Amino acid sequence: MAQRKSDLVVGLFMLAGIAALLFLALQVSGLTPKSSEDSYTLYANFNDAGGLAPRARVSMAGVTIGSIREISLNRETFQARVVIDVSTSVDNIPADSAAVIRTSGLLGEQYIDVSVGGDMESLSDGDTFYSTQSAMNLERLISNFASGQ
Amino acid sequence: MSDTTDSFSEPYIELTDVVFSRDDRRIFDGVSLKIPRGRITAIMGPSGTGKTTLLRLIGGQLKPDSGSIILAGESVPDLKRKSLYQLREKMGMLFQSGALFTDLSVFENVAFPIRVHTRLPEDMIRDIVLMKLEAVGLRGARDLMPAQLSGGMTRRVALARSIALDPELIMYDEPFAGQDPIAMGVLVKLIRDLNHSMGMTSVLVSHDVPESLSICHHACIVSDGRIIGEGTPDELRNHPSAKVQQFLKGHPDGPVPFHYPAANAGNDWGIDGGGG
Amino acid sequence: MQWLADLGRQGRELIESLGRSGQFLAGFLLGVPNARVGFPLLVKQLYFVGVLSLAIIVVSGLFIGMVLGLQGYTILSDYGSESAIGQMIALTLVRELGPVVTALLFAGRAGSALTAEIGLMKATEQLSSLEMMGVDPLRRVVAPRFWAGFLAMPVLAAIFSVVGIWGGMLVGVEWLGVFEGSFWGNMQSSVSFTSDVLNGVIKSVVFGFVCAWIAVYQGYDCVPTSAGISSATTKTVVFSSLAVLGLDFVLTAVMFGDF
Repeated sequence: MAQRKSDLVVGLFMLAGIAALLFLALQVSGLTPKSSEDSYTLYANFNDAGGLAPRARVSMAGVTIGSIREISLNRETFQARVVIDVSTSVDNIPADSAAVIRTSGLLGEQYIDVSVGGDMESLSDGDTFYSTQSAMNLERLISNFASGQ
Repeated sequence: MSDTTDSFSEPYIELTDVVFSRDDRRIFDGVSLKIPRGRITAIMGPSGTGKTTLLRLIGGQLKPDSGSIILAGESVPDLKRKSLYQLREKMGMLFQSGALFTDLSVFENVAFPIRVHTRLPEDMIRDIVLMKLEAVGLRGARDLMPAQLSGGMTRRVALARSIALDPELIMYDEPFAGQDPIAMGVLVKLIRDLNHSMGMTSVLVSHDVPESLSICHHACIVSDGRIIGEGTPDELRNHPSAKVQQFLKGHPDGPVPFHYPAANAGNDWGIDGGGG
Repeated sequence: MQWLADLGRQGRELIESLGRSGQFLAGFLLGVPNARVGFPLLVKQLYFVGVLSLAIIVVSGLFIGMVLGLQGYTILSDYGSESAIGQMIALTLVRELGPVVTALLFAGRAGSALTAEIGLMKATEQLSSLEMMGVDPLRRVVAPRFWAGFLAMPVLAAIFSVVGIWGGMLVGVEWLGVFEGSFWGNMQSSVSFTSDVLNGVIKSVVFGFVCAWIAVYQGYDCVPTSAGISSATTKTVVFSSLAVLGLDFVLTAVMFGDF
């Protein structure tokens, strides 16, 4: 009888562990079954990627539509080349939309905001954003302002 | 094996020139010993002479530096792990502390070797365990835990566990040490009865001379890594060696000195005028 | 010159002990487990090692999460970004404190108990008597305890993290008034399942392996006297703690070093 009871308790213990792991996965890291859904790849070239980091979010009108996969330097243009995964549910981004690096809050992390253009054509897999706006550099902004340029 | 009519005289265990040392200390220096089948053999000797070590050598838990140990026709030190474990199923050993599994009840302790080595159905295991407990007079104690037992009862339960699989050989490690006279009497009776009724070869390691001599058929005395006397109890009582006599009679001084070897006493008290 | 000789002797003893513990590990890992006998033993040890450690893990996790919530709030509110508190608590717990503190508590609670139990079995000749019954104590006594420790550690660490996050939420959201949506939202956007949660699990698995190994080895190798058992128990806690902290640095450098 004692053996049966401890079997049960140990079973519950292991279940609690699995439940804890699930909680960490779903609630804490926000891993949802949806996030493994298909995405397509877009590229954007920035003069200054600032503090942008892989896994940062890509949003449109404040709604997250994808994330940054990779940031590398283009050796020919000396620009930052950012690889973006965009969810296939958003497959009608106008072709003249601009990718803008923004900061959430004053000290928050940086993300890419897609400001919507008006073109009838849409960006498709492998396309590059035509226009981009680099990270706002507070220091440069101040020095520009001070020198009156 | 020779086909003798008197199966008692045939050695079940035979040790030849066994040398064993531990941490550079020589414990056995050429011990030869024959233990007859179906009889009680007592191995006696002062504390710290490695009597328990001798049992461990026989059981294959330790390997001798040289010499041979033949048990039931097999050379114990040369056995592979698996055959050694198989051989041990034919042995029972009663440890000085009893060595009961503290997390199991008396019943489960006795059932343990049966459960491990056989696949008998539960009701059969129950019958065997109760039979063994009955043999040591503790059938009523089956539901107690080892912590609730007295020293003597612990040893009796351990005895029931050692004989659970009806071994050919049973080794007793200091069965009488630290027992009150009644418990001692019970153990003496049990050891004798088990040997009579089941014909087990019994090896008894002890320094309780009267109890051991009263039940054994054959006895030997170990001291300083050698066997200093051997024979039937009566032969030993009339043994010419002064060492044997000192041990049997318990004289405080004799060939085994009262004083641990020390430097000249004068030096320690500064009488000898050494001046430090 | 004496100290040089002592140093050499100690070094040799250390290496010998490492060699013995390696052989010991191989001795019970390589043995083929017998499911009929082994599984009930494993369950029983999981009960002792895992379930009975649950209370200390839950209580510690709760308090550590609450402290993180309080400290995080006071620091982050200086920058007006107290909504990042969820992210801070979750990352701290999942990456570091969950596995490390659980392992330290585990070494103190379960590791020392395993060492003392095995040591006492050795001192009372229970291990010898198993051997004489033809039962290998490495498989019968050591292996189930080792595997139980190894399995229980990640479970306990996960529970520790979850309880800690809950404790942090209790302080941050319920008492200090951080908006619950941004608490969870910030957390979810910054904690990654693969590189944070899974790496934390890997850490706890490694710590479980090391702590269980040290505990059973110290018990099995101890001098079978009361002094020997007490020194072995101390060694288990000290060695496990040092091993956990040292390995944590190495694992962190490997896992998160490219940031």
